[in-house]
Amino acid sequence: MAENTKQAFLQYKSDQNVRWCPGCGDHAILNALQKTMAELEVPNEDLAVISGIGCSSRLPYYMNTYGFHTIHGRASAMASGVKVANPKLQVWQITGDGDALAIGGNHFIHAIRRNIDLNVILFNNQIYGLTKGQYSPTSKRGFISKTSPFGTIEYPFRPGELTIGARGYFFARTIDKEIKLSVHVMKAAAKHKGTSIVEVLQNCVIYNNNTHQEITDKKYKDDRTIVLEHGKPMIFGKERNKGLILEGITLKVVTIGENGITEKDILVHDAHCEDPTIHLKLADMEYPDFPVALGVIRDAAAPVYDECAQQQIEEIKEKSKIKSFHDLVTTGDVWEVK
Amino acid sequence: MAKKSKVIEREEVVVRFSGDSGDGMQLTGSLFSFSSAIYGNDISTFPDFPAEIRAPQGTIGGVSGFQVHFGHSEVYTPGDNADVLVAMNPAALKANLEWLKPGATIVIDVDSFDDKNLAKAGYKSNDPIEEDNLSSYNIIKAPITTMTKNSLKDMGLDNKTILRSKNMYALGLVFWLFNRPLENTERIIREKFSKNPEVAEANIKVLEAGYNYGVIIQAGTPSYHISPADIRKGTYRNLNGNKAIAWGFLLAAEKSGLELFLGSYPITPATEILQELSARKDLGVKVFQAEDEIAGISTAIGASFAGDLAITTTSGPGLALKGEALGLAVMAELPLVVVNVQRGGPSTGLPTKTEQSDLMQALYGRNGESPLVVMAASSPVNCFDYAFYAAKVAIEHMTPVILLSDGFLANGTQPWRIPEEGEFPEIKPPFVEKPAEEWNVYERDPEKLNRYWALPGTPGYQHRIGGLEKDFLTGAVSYDHHNHDKMVKIRKEKIDRIADFIPPLEILGDEDADLLIVGWGGTFGHLYTALEALHDEGKKVALAHFSYISPLPRNSYEVLKKYSKIVVCELNLGQFASYLRSQFPDVVLHQYNKVEGLPFTVAELKDHFNKMLEE
Ligand SMILES: Cc1ncc(C[n+]2csc(CCOP(=O)(O)OP(=O)(O)O)c2C)c(N)n1
Ligand code: SF4
Ligand SMILES: [Mg+2]
Repeated sequence: MAENTKQAFLQYKSDQNVRWCPGCGDHAILNALQKTMAELEVPNEDLAVISGIGCSSRLPYYMNTYGFHTIHGRASAMASGVKVANPKLQVWQITGDGDALAIGGNHFIHAIRRNIDLNVILFNNQIYGLTKGQYSPTSKRGFISKTSPFGTIEYPFRPGELTIGARGYFFARTIDKEIKLSVHVMKAAAKHKGTSIVEVLQNCVIYNNNTHQEITDKKYKDDRTIVLEHGKPMIFGKERNKGLILEGITLKVVTIGENGITEKDILVHDAHCEDPTIHLKLADMEYPDFPVALGVIRDAAAPVYDECAQQQIEEIKEKSKIKSFHDLVTTGDVWEVK
Repeated sequence: MAKKSKVIEREEVVVRFSGDSGDGMQLTGSLFSFSSAIYGNDISTFPDFPAEIRAPQGTIGGVSGFQVHFGHSEVYTPGDNADVLVAMNPAALKANLEWLKPGATIVIDVDSFDDKNLAKAGYKSNDPIEEDNLSSYNIIKAPITTMTKNSLKDMGLDNKTILRSKNMYALGLVFWLFNRPLENTERIIREKFSKNPEVAEANIKVLEAGYNYGVIIQAGTPSYHISPADIRKGTYRNLNGNKAIAWGFLLAAEKSGLELFLGSYPITPATEILQELSARKDLGVKVFQAEDEIAGISTAIGASFAGDLAITTTSGPGLALKGEALGLAVMAELPLVVVNVQRGGPSTGLPTKTEQSDLMQALYGRNGESPLVVMAASSPVNCFDYAFYAAKVAIEHMTPVILLSDGFLANGTQPWRIPEEGEFPEIKPPFVEKPAEEWNVYERDPEKLNRYWALPGTPGYQHRIGGLEKDFLTGAVSYDHHNHDKMVKIRKEKIDRIADFIPPLEILGDEDADLLIVGWGGTFGHLYTALEALHDEGKKVALAHFSYISPLPRNSYEVLKKYSKIVVCELNLGQFASYLRSQFPDVVLHQYNKVEGLPFTVAELKDHFNKMLEE
């Protein structure tokens, strides 16, 4: 069995040498993606992996699938074209925080708004890796980088908030080195119909080392993150004794067993509810006030662009008297010259 | 029918319908041109509407016009100046005086020439004829508004509907002027208003009333007669350049067996192509209205990668935004057609006006050595042919193609003969035929040098492409300097070889001319008409009109070399002339340029050519 899984996993690797820096979080994300495909058993030829430009966007070269490494920022639009042209393909979009949220911000929000069935993996290292270390739209306020030697004076985007703001129906978060969790959310993303955004907290060892360390480090991870699961109470902590409740309209961290709180008081995660209010609050939770939410935060159903586009064509084809080019040009105001 | 007092036999006539934006002049003009076409005249039309959607009523800024040129031999332009002007208000009269032939007939609606409207049009007195010195024109003062009201007074219609049919009165009168039957127009009106038969009958009643007014006032008013043109047999319809482009792609999709994908963002004057194809879901067209031009081309490139016939349509500012992605299509060697309907520039420029100033942008507006195909349509109806061939070249040679049209071609109409079965060739996409194990992503057809197309979804042919330089054979990323040099050269060579697959440059007019006129794109009609006029005067002139610009036809140099005096005419400051000089440095080229947002006039071309002939 183990041998078989290994075999299946290797089937998605291309013959190219992986060129990321040793220790870069991208290696683990690539592994997780290949494992996801192996577990979903998608035929290689039905996969299209589309990226923009950045360290992360090199990923398609390492996959034995159809792949297109396009231009900076335009991956969402390119991938949208691929999916609308051939809805049978399972389309993965690989993008960085700069690629998706700076130069490609417009395409990113519009792909989400349309709800095209794309599985987007957003490598969030809070830095421009490929261009060697400038701050990005997800860098924390005050962040020092080559282009912000005195600290940035701008607030970062929160990818979850942006996704929900653009009317997104799927948002999940994982950590590069947590391969099991990554495979879990990537599978959920693949199964979700519509645009799925998976934010991966990725470490750039060279230009932004340990940027997520305070939450991803094994020592504190359990206390500083919460893995959400649909239908399960929102409990976290090494001792599994902390939880989230709603007080008025705000979330609050409580300790089970203190102040009369029991497990029954803890919120139960409903990823499928259409109203995104709680999902937004969960996605926006930041350490140290809150644990950072991981897992599938939102996974609700909505009409899917590429399906609707196909359906509309089928319906109109059925109804229209025009079945061919010839029908079109000979219908209407025509006359004969003899 | 009453006998005409004076019938003038004419070769050709230009009629201009002009009125307020709300006066229905576009419909009037189209009805008139359609009935002339059915009658057997050759026609060319051009609408002229204000850039502002709701310009103030009665002002010159709000004047909307429609010009029809028809004749009993072939007609190539909508005409410089009008023989007949219909002016529904004082502003329409004022705005069009510049474009009248000496002694032209002017039909005015005297009812609208009140003090208020005269003032809005900028007249100082209440006698525009006197004020503008129009006594040499043949002016028909028709009480159009009153007569329209009179003829509909018993039909129980509201005032607004009644006033809206004024344009039919004017149309009826013009039909009388040209001795034309009304049946066809009446049939179209009934079809057009089939859901509202009352309105249809009202319009027809007014149309007939207008015609009868002509019969009554005929004394002293000339009536023109233009015999049918000698036109090739077939089934015809009127088509403008934008619709022709959309339809050319539909045929290309059918002939290539590919599905058509359009990614586009609205921009004047290209929007109509997007709208036309959006309505063609019945033919399976996938239209993606993108968030901007970059997404328009990017979705198209994605669709091309996935195996569709992918196109994107825009105008100059949009082409600027598409530059980087075009480079990707060059590098990835994927088929793609970019239509650029040129307008006045730079920047937002003159959105509703025509110009040819994006040629350099099309040829060179990208980073790196990024050769591609540039073609230009030269008449409203051959926009159809060039859209078809742009798609054919893109697919069969695996390359992006930029097809240039312009505002003049986009909105102008001509009768279009519906092509018969077999008139257009099949399009053969170069799909990979080799077994997957033997195939390399960048191996090429030995003759055309295109790489082969392997579509996602096909088992075994998984491959990766992208914007980074690729190995000459395997397509793996390569930074090798020798490889880059080889790839740059082969991409250029691939485009150059397309010259073997396009028609040679033709010479129209006198082979041994004293003056060779050179043009490209949408100026053909004016250049050719000027040539014919000079020819009739016994002058020896020839025209070489280019539709393939990159690559140029193989015989271009040979043709140019034959002439000692050459003038390149274009609606810019000399972009094509510069391009030709860069290709053929020893050929001496004169230039005739105009950048007013307007087409050439035949008269100004004739003057200029005559001067050159005398020098
Ligand atoms: C049009 C354009 N502008 C700028 C660049 C330079 N550039 C390449 S990648 C990049 C940022 C990459 O950051 P991100 O998307 O976060 O990817 P990462 O390298 O961090 O994975 C920039 C600015 C480019 N390639 N193209
Ligand atoms: S620069 Fe950073 S993001 Fe890029 S490969 Fe190296 S570690 Fe990874
Ligand atoms: Mg980054």
